[in-house]
Amino acid sequence: MDFFSSLLELHAGLLKREATASELADLSLQRIATLDDRVHAFLHVSANCVAAAAQKTETVIGRESILDGIPYALKDNMCTRGIETTCASHILKGYIPPYSATVAERLDDAGAVLVGKLNMDEFAMGSSTENSGFFPTRNPWDLERVPGGSSGGAAAAVAAGMVPFALGSDTGGSIRQPAAFCGVVGLKPSYGLVSRFGLVAFASSLDQIGPLTHTVEDAAIVLQAIAGKDERDSTSANIQAPDYRAALTGDVRGLRIGIASEYFGPSVESGVRDAVTKAIALLEQLGATVSPISLPHTEYALSAYYLIAPAEASSNLARYDGVRYGVRAADAGNLLDMYQKTRSTGFGSEVKRRILIGTYALSSGYYDDYYKRAQQVRTLIRQDFLDAFESVDVIVSPTAPTTAFRLGEKVHDPLTMYLSDICTIPVNLAGLPAISVPCGIIDGLPVGLQMIGRMFDEQTLLRAAHAYEQAAGMAPLRPALAMGVKA
Amino acid sequence: MSLSRKDVLHVATLARLHVTDAEQEELAQELSRILAYAAQLNTLDLVASLAGVEVTSHMSVSSMVTRPDAQGESLPPEVVLANAPDAEEQQFRVPAVLEG
Repeated sequence: MDFFSSLLELHAGLLKREATASELADLSLQRIATLDDRVHAFLHVSANCVAAAAQKTETVIGRESILDGIPYALKDNMCTRGIETTCASHILKGYIPPYSATVAERLDDAGAVLVGKLNMDEFAMGSSTENSGFFPTRNPWDLERVPGGSSGGAAAAVAAGMVPFALGSDTGGSIRQPAAFCGVVGLKPSYGLVSRFGLVAFASSLDQIGPLTHTVEDAAIVLQAIAGKDERDSTSANIQAPDYRAALTGDVRGLRIGIASEYFGPSVESGVRDAVTKAIALLEQLGATVSPISLPHTEYALSAYYLIAPAEASSNLARYDGVRYGVRAADAGNLLDMYQKTRSTGFGSEVKRRILIGTYALSSGYYDDYYKRAQQVRTLIRQDFLDAFESVDVIVSPTAPTTAFRLGEKVHDPLTMYLSDICTIPVNLAGLPAISVPCGIIDGLPVGLQMIGRMFDEQTLLRAAHAYEQAAGMAPLRPALAMGVKA
Repeated sequence: MSLSRKDVLHVATLARLHVTDAEQEELAQELSRILAYAAQLNTLDLVASLAGVEVTSHMSVSSMVTRPDAQGESLPPEVVLANAPDAEEQQFRVPAVLEG
């Protein structure tokens, strides 16, 4: 048993007493100790998780939960009571939340054991985890390359087998793109399916929490534990989560798959294109039908996103002013001076850039030309998807146009960095569920296949992804770094 | 669309950010490039096709959600103040609003 075993295998192992929950927590700590000085996925490791696991098993023993006694980690933008939560930003250094995010509470109730908090791009703004205020995370497949972002720590920790699953957040691709870069499964649920209470807000109309795992079945199991209405999040949908694992029949006969040429533009590398084309052919062999569809407003999605997300961020991040929590700059003459000094020293450059763009887009005289127009484009993009889903059940594309790029390659060119999210961003604008599943390895680097589903139809999405994964026979992918590490 | 250093300074003031002279120049260039890209939303074809299109601000909220106006649990004051950089007598303390 190690953390490339499925959650059901780990669960069975615990039931058969082949391992205890504290032994699994200890194994996670050992893996982190062995690997994380090279990967740098964790911002915080809870040394007391072994004792917590022991105590937990005593109190919840005999329960049916598959996640009972399973270790996991959270991206550090989800609040954890009594455990520092920084969003990888200096401005929140030392912040100890007095409450936990709903997802953390639900996993806790399910018996899962929190091992630590994961690195990310500061406030989830970035696509490489190089924008972390503390240090960059490295890709377990090639330590000279980025793990993607912004949930880079989560993807890397799962890919390297430090934890069997993690939660990330996805505003424009921040779960799916790092999942693709690190060779793991990443699921962004429909907007509203998972409570955002306790998730530090970046762009509230786009943010959604979801799992990073080794398999689609594991993603379904974790989603089951975190999905559902929460009174503390007014955007949480009033939906009774269905049995997601029951949807994994392996049967995609008659499933209608749509392929949009807009997602196979010139920015998609040929190796990625080939791997995705092969995956589509395999789905066809399994009995799915494939037809071309059109999403004509895709070309405007990136522009709309990079106005809407910063606009919402500029408003959400106004709360970091050095008054109620976080760090306050010293030597301020008056209140305004304190605000400015605190925010200017506390935020990193990408965060400041986006606050300024957002403030500009919302400022008097520019609102109609930028923010309002972007929201109208959002309507058209959503309508494109609604039209397409009249004739297909799932849309398939690359998750990212390239495999993992080198550290430093794009960090000085914000616009090029933004382009790495070109296949994932339209999905957030439309609020739809989407998943990235590994579909090949090129030059030693994983490639991700993206599947997009109808709003709140995670069942069809997971069924398609699972059938592909089983037929492809690749999961779980194990990077060389994680081989030969003794449990 | 091109931003001047003066524009950057104005927006930074609105956002309560301090930018140095060197940062002003760099940000003017970076923000201009990003806004030039976003200016594709102002192309004539698109603007024409947007006439009468409703805005989408949110995916799931079609009407305001309200909760019953009932007393609930709140965090105790000492817990709320525990993260404050400066607090006194159950209040957040800040530097003087006006100098002198």
